[in-house]
Amino acid sequence: MRHIISVLMENEPGALSRVVGLFSQRNFNIESLTVAPTDDSTLSRMTVMTTGDERVIEQITKQLNKLIDVVKVVDLSEGDHIERELMMIKFKANGQMRAEIKRTADIFRGQIIDITPNTYTVQLVGSSDKLDAFIASLGNASIMEVVRSGVSGIARGEKVLTI
Amino acid sequence: MELLSGAEMVVRALRDEGVKYIYGYPGGALLHVYDALFQQDEVEHILVRHEQAATHMADAYARATNKPGVALVTSGPGATNAITGIATAYMDSIPMIVITGQVMSFLIGEDAFQETDMLGISRPIVKHNFSVTRAEDIPSIIKKAFYIAQTGRPGPVVIDIPKDMTTPTERFPYEYPKSVKLRSYNPVTKGHSGQIRKAVDMLLAAKRPMIYTGGGIIMGDASAELTEFAHLLKYPVTNTIMGLGGFPGTDPQYVGWLGMHGSYESNMAMHHSDLILAIGARFDDRVTNAVDKFCPTARIIHVDIDPASISKTVQADVPIVGPAKAVLEEMIQLVKESKKRPDQDALDAWWKQIDEWRGRHGGRYRTDDSEMMKPQQVIEMLSKVTNGNAYVCSDVGQHQMFAAQYYKFNKPNRWINSGGLGTMGFGLPAAMGIKLNFPESDVVCVTGEGSIQMNIQELSTCKQYDIPVVIVCLNNQSLGMVRQWQDMNYESRHSQSYMNSLPDFIKLVESYGHVGMKVTKYSELEGAMREAFAMKDRLVFMDIYVDPFEHVYPMQVPRGSMRDMWLSKTERT
Ligand SMILES: Cc1cc2nc3c(=O)[nH]c(=O)nc-3n(C[C@H](O)[C@H](O)[C@H](O)COP(=O)(O)OP(=O)(O)OC[C@H]3O[C@@H](n4cnc5c(N)ncnc54)[C@H](O)[C@@H]3O)c2cc1C
Ligand SMILES: Cc1ncc(C[n+]2csc(CCOP(=O)(O)OP(=O)(O)O)c2C)c(N)n1
Ligand SMILES: [Mg+2]
Repeated sequence: MRHIISVLMENEPGALSRVVGLFSQRNFNIESLTVAPTDDSTLSRMTVMTTGDERVIEQITKQLNKLIDVVKVVDLSEGDHIERELMMIKFKANGQMRAEIKRTADIFRGQIIDITPNTYTVQLVGSSDKLDAFIASLGNASIMEVVRSGVSGIARGEKVLTI
Repeated sequence: MELLSGAEMVVRALRDEGVKYIYGYPGGALLHVYDALFQQDEVEHILVRHEQAATHMADAYARATNKPGVALVTSGPGATNAITGIATAYMDSIPMIVITGQVMSFLIGEDAFQETDMLGISRPIVKHNFSVTRAEDIPSIIKKAFYIAQTGRPGPVVIDIPKDMTTPTERFPYEYPKSVKLRSYNPVTKGHSGQIRKAVDMLLAAKRPMIYTGGGIIMGDASAELTEFAHLLKYPVTNTIMGLGGFPGTDPQYVGWLGMHGSYESNMAMHHSDLILAIGARFDDRVTNAVDKFCPTARIIHVDIDPASISKTVQADVPIVGPAKAVLEEMIQLVKESKKRPDQDALDAWWKQIDEWRGRHGGRYRTDDSEMMKPQQVIEMLSKVTNGNAYVCSDVGQHQMFAAQYYKFNKPNRWINSGGLGTMGFGLPAAMGIKLNFPESDVVCVTGEGSIQMNIQELSTCKQYDIPVVIVCLNNQSLGMVRQWQDMNYESRHSQSYMNSLPDFIKLVESYGHVGMKVTKYSELEGAMREAFAMKDRLVFMDIYVDPFEHVYPMQVPRGSMRDMWLSKTERT
């Protein structure tokens, strides 16, 4: 099962390497990982997308909690939540492909953020599935480069992850 | 406020933590700290001959006292030599502080002379590590390190100090913090009362109960509570090899330790139990054998201070996160208050069954199939000569298993061994760390001719500081534990498990200024051993020749259940 785990941790040098190290040391999976400081500059927030059965996910959250630099951990997938990923994708765009890319980007509510006579760069925000679907629907276009941010997530409603 | 340099603050903070001895080895990155050590006499430094030994000495002190030991090693090779010792402490959850020198902060990352990324290298084998980036933080970092090392689930903490953080001319006001609070670290202090109540109800309704305890009883100082609780219910008690002495070894309710080389009766009782109360034990693979066949009829109550230990390998039915001592106190109270009593008929039948198992094997070994002395006889003699009161510091191998099986520990913190990592070379430095701190006690290192050679250089440290331990070397002229596996699984192809070209240990120890004794006959053993322990101010090395063909039994059959065991070279359950 796919899980999105949010981690609030001390914004200290080395904190990130402890988390990443833990995952490799204990043979846990990382599908994607994002990290950035929060509004409180002493804290960073990390989102890890991982897969595993119930026992593994339980171990992941317990082991993360044990790290001294980790302040709080939640498994967002346990409740209602919103997840988003950002993608920037550069296409070779000549002739009639230009129109098709534009049309598809519009359908997916993407934006063209850079243009040259031969390329389009599209920015798209959404769930990972949506980003996958966008790529699939432009299967005949020639993709030059894809960059994805990895998943970030937040709980729906009044629930918050703070200290 | 007094002004101190970083180097002086290191030493002063250790003093303020009540540290009497530190164990270490100097080098370039630590010269300022060693100079500060020289100029005071409150913290005494013990100069080892290899940094690994410094960590084992600190670790053993912690195992005997539950207080962190402290090691001090220089950057680069000093730090990497300490790695085995840090991993040893980590695997057994032992509180320890390791201070490592580091190159000047502005050289970090430049492959400077004797630079290694100690934070990176040690990360997977520490509870936490710190790097000092401002000298004035040294007191608070040391305070935090001690706090983290010894609270919650204990473990080693590394403090990496770049040389320029200890510059003698840069001085700062010194004050040692009185308390410490970390928003991201709040160890539990008691268990969930609802869960504890539920556990007690289940315990009182059990028909074939087992109490299975481990190292958490020792490091959680819960031996008295465990003993009281078990006596209250009259339930059988087993423990892991890390829990030896947590419940008296001579108590009739004690069924021996469990697992791969555990007693027949404890493994049988576990397998047939209907309710297991596990406290401070982590269902290690050396205990459970194949987890899918583990104790098929038992429900499991698991008490542990670390939630990650619970349901890690074996699913718990009732998880209780909390310190063993506080949880047991609450359980004792509840049992005393409860009107329910254990089902006496069921319990009698259970004990009858256990006693039958006891009668079947009960730790017997053969003495008639060889002229040679048996290693088990040596340990039984050791137990007799020291009245079961010695600190027994073991190395790793068959001799370790024999020591654990045949020495009767009635007190906690007396059995000192490397269980989780299984570090050969642990025994001698461990014995040294303890003898130094408990000079009046009998301290013995039980070792093999293989293990002792992994840190034999420490005989020199023993000479320098007069550390009169007794070394009992069960000399079977082979890497016995490896050889046993080769006998059992590789048709006795003894690939690299034979130690030819052994030194003459007697001459060797004499050259270090110690006393050597060679014992080859059982009839000479008791006299020699009594003589060795009577020489209070000399280190005595007893080179005891034992049967090289002996195996450790029982031994669980690989991938079987707990009850699947070899009981001798020819009998299987
Ligand atoms: C050659 C060899 C053979 C071995 N064979 C065996 C064998 O047959 N049987 C055997 O048992 N072992 C054996 N071992 C040792 C084995 O590898 C493990 O080290 C051992 O089983 C672990 O013991 P433990 O479960 O008590 O855990 P420990 O490593 O002692 O861990 C203690 C547990 O208690 C918890 N804890 C700590 N403090 C507290 C507290 N205050 N309150 C509550 N909980 C606390 C910790 O979180 C942890 O989960 C062998 C080792 C070697 C080298
Ligand atoms: C540092 C280290 N290397 C290798 C091993 C693997 N090992 C476990 S027991 C053993 C043999 C120990 O021989 P000895 O000390 O003579 O003890 P014996 O088993 O003969 O009693 C070995 C090599 C280990 N535990 N530690
Ligand atoms: Mg040997």
